[in-house]
Amino acid sequence: MIIDHGFWRRLRALLRKEVRQMLRERSNLAVGLLLPAVLILLFGYGLSFDVKDAPVAVVLEDSAPTARDVLAGLQGSRYLSPSWTTDMASAERQLRAGEVVAIVRVPPDFSRQLAAGQARLQLVLNGVDSNTASVVEGYVSGAIASWAAHRADRGGQAGAAAGSVQIVQRIWFNEAANSTWFLVPGLIALVMTLIGAFLTSLLIAREWERGTLEALFVTPVRPLELVLSKLAPYVVLGAIDLALCLLAARYLFEVPMRGSLAVIVLASLLYLTVSLALGLFISGATRNQFEASQMALLTSFLPAMMLSGFVFDLRNVPVAIQAISQVLPATHYMGLIKTLFLAGDNWPMIVRDCSILALYALALVAGARWTLRKRLP
Amino acid sequence: MSALIAVVVRIAFLVRKELLALLKEPSSRVILFAPALVQSLLFGYGATYDLKHVPYAVLDQSRGAASTELLARLDGTGVFKRESTLGNAQQIAPAIDGGRVLLVLSIPADFESLLAAGQPAPLQMILDGRNSSTAGAAAADVGAIVAAFNQERSGAAAVSIERRAWFNPNLESRWNLMPALIAALSMMQTLLVAALSVAREREQGTFDQLLVTPLTPIEILIGKALPSMLVGLLQSTIILLIIRFWFQIPMNGSPWLLYLGLFSFTAAAVGIGLSISALSVNMQQAMLYTFLLIMPLMLLSGLLTPVRNMPEVLQIATYVNPLRFGMDLVRRVYLEGAGLRDVAIDFVPMLVLTAITLPLAAWLFRNRLT
Repeated sequence: MIIDHGFWRRLRALLRKEVRQMLRERSNLAVGLLLPAVLILLFGYGLSFDVKDAPVAVVLEDSAPTARDVLAGLQGSRYLSPSWTTDMASAERQLRAGEVVAIVRVPPDFSRQLAAGQARLQLVLNGVDSNTASVVEGYVSGAIASWAAHRADRGGQAGAAAGSVQIVQRIWFNEAANSTWFLVPGLIALVMTLIGAFLTSLLIAREWERGTLEALFVTPVRPLELVLSKLAPYVVLGAIDLALCLLAARYLFEVPMRGSLAVIVLASLLYLTVSLALGLFISGATRNQFEASQMALLTSFLPAMMLSGFVFDLRNVPVAIQAISQVLPATHYMGLIKTLFLAGDNWPMIVRDCSILALYALALVAGARWTLRKRLP
Repeated sequence: MSALIAVVVRIAFLVRKELLALLKEPSSRVILFAPALVQSLLFGYGATYDLKHVPYAVLDQSRGAASTELLARLDGTGVFKRESTLGNAQQIAPAIDGGRVLLVLSIPADFESLLAAGQPAPLQMILDGRNSSTAGAAAADVGAIVAAFNQERSGAAAVSIERRAWFNPNLESRWNLMPALIAALSMMQTLLVAALSVAREREQGTFDQLLVTPLTPIEILIGKALPSMLVGLLQSTIILLIIRFWFQIPMNGSPWLLYLGLFSFTAAAVGIGLSISALSVNMQQAMLYTFLLIMPLMLLSGLLTPVRNMPEVLQIATYVNPLRFGMDLVRRVYLEGAGLRDVAIDFVPMLVLTAITLPLAAWLFRNRLT
């Protein structure tokens, strides 16, 4: 029987000790409360995939008006900021120095070739930032395609109009394709991960190093009571952080909250428990603050940032890596919180991911309890 | 001269003691070097922006030659995979909501006849915007395929774009990310090692003993900094070797310059770590401050999203982030083959940071006795 006669009394006593210890460490508390607010502000504004005013050099070696006309579409774009020149060598220098991200080159015989039916433009990109390069390529080819469509519509060409396919595009859940909308819910997941890792991962290891745990072993205290008393105060602290994050997401970054708030809070608290319990488990398993802190960093924050679908879409990842990412609790919370914010309540997904998270929470609490069984190394 | 030798000998003793403390436990050795190996492999495969697999669904109400031809082109890319063929518009929402498909193409019944009549025929594309960057990339790909399709049908004068991407011909995001990891991955653990080094001694009470030895604060500083830097440089080397020989990303620059850059970068990171360490009374605090710093350092460095996309204020703030410049330097030397003159500017913030943080740590050693 886990809950026996003295369970609540002992738990209360332990809780009082843990809460006092938590409140006594001012820096700990301040960071615990401030960190999420600072992080979500910093990253909500700082992280963005939206290419805006990317500097592009347009090298016009053909002076015919058609040549300028083809690229007129670049001028009005809010994504690109073209600078016009006629000197390829200086443009290449600019590209090398990182002053422009791409060069669009119109060769001298461009308009003559166009009249003959087939003309060529050259697009030189700096591939080091491959993501920006791809986006810029998309805009440039889009501008030229729309020029071509326009020209065909005006009947500038011989022969009957052939009719063309026009894409009517709609992006669901994020009409303006604003990257902040998908990054901010992901940031909440990262913040919850980080809080869990740093708040609890030293708690047990520290007591081992100082020898206070051995002192506790001679009392009637049970391992489960120890785990629960170390978990509860930090769940409360984490819940305050969660509230700050949700408020910032809703009112500062105006990310729509299409799912129900109750489900968002429930799922987040579940994940918070998982991540705090993971910290405790690491702490109990290593019994050493140095190793515990390294492990916490390696098993929580890094995988959550790189492998959970935070920015890198798991669809593009090899199957083996997908399997690994499915093992991470962060992946399940990441997918769920993004859907809850942007798409709405998707019950099959909520039930599946929440039960996975609940299982993780139980397993990790059991694991932490196991590391605290009364046995000396 | 003999005084100098004495200094070197004293520092060597301290370095030896630090390395012993750091590496004597087999579990510590594993924890310091295995992650670099595992992570660079995992992230090398896992961290990619390149579209490899775009599942899509089709609602084809026209079933004509034109729509079949267009879809065949899409399937021919090898990236777009037709997951299902929908029977009616009600099935679109469940297909996208459940995440089964990234996009749905809806082709109206009059598609064929509009095209034949020489009129614009709408092709509706519905994308899952939960990851707007994947959605944007997929939309651009479909756009390019449709543009080529239109051009061939009309036979109008075409403007073809010859693309040439310097330093990364296929625009693979792995080429962009992996060199950055040489700096980013090693920084995290190096920072933590440095931050814990003094804090551990303070917690165990041995730091006071160290202060009464003949070692001056500067010597303690050097003795503490060198082992952490060694750990960082070894980790960077592991990652570098994996990138070069496992992922076979060609290296264009000079290894000497690369290591000179990594050395200054690691020095700056260790300087920050030691300052944290000197400020903290115990390991819990040191770890706390380190974690507090790591997330901004990582995310506001240009690792995942370019610095150019940040608001002006934050761009200025990144000048105190050694990772921004260390990463830029490694990327440019590794991929572009940049020379010392090209990347000299990257050294400035890192050296300034080192010159501020290391003396600060030394001063704090003495003046923060609790």
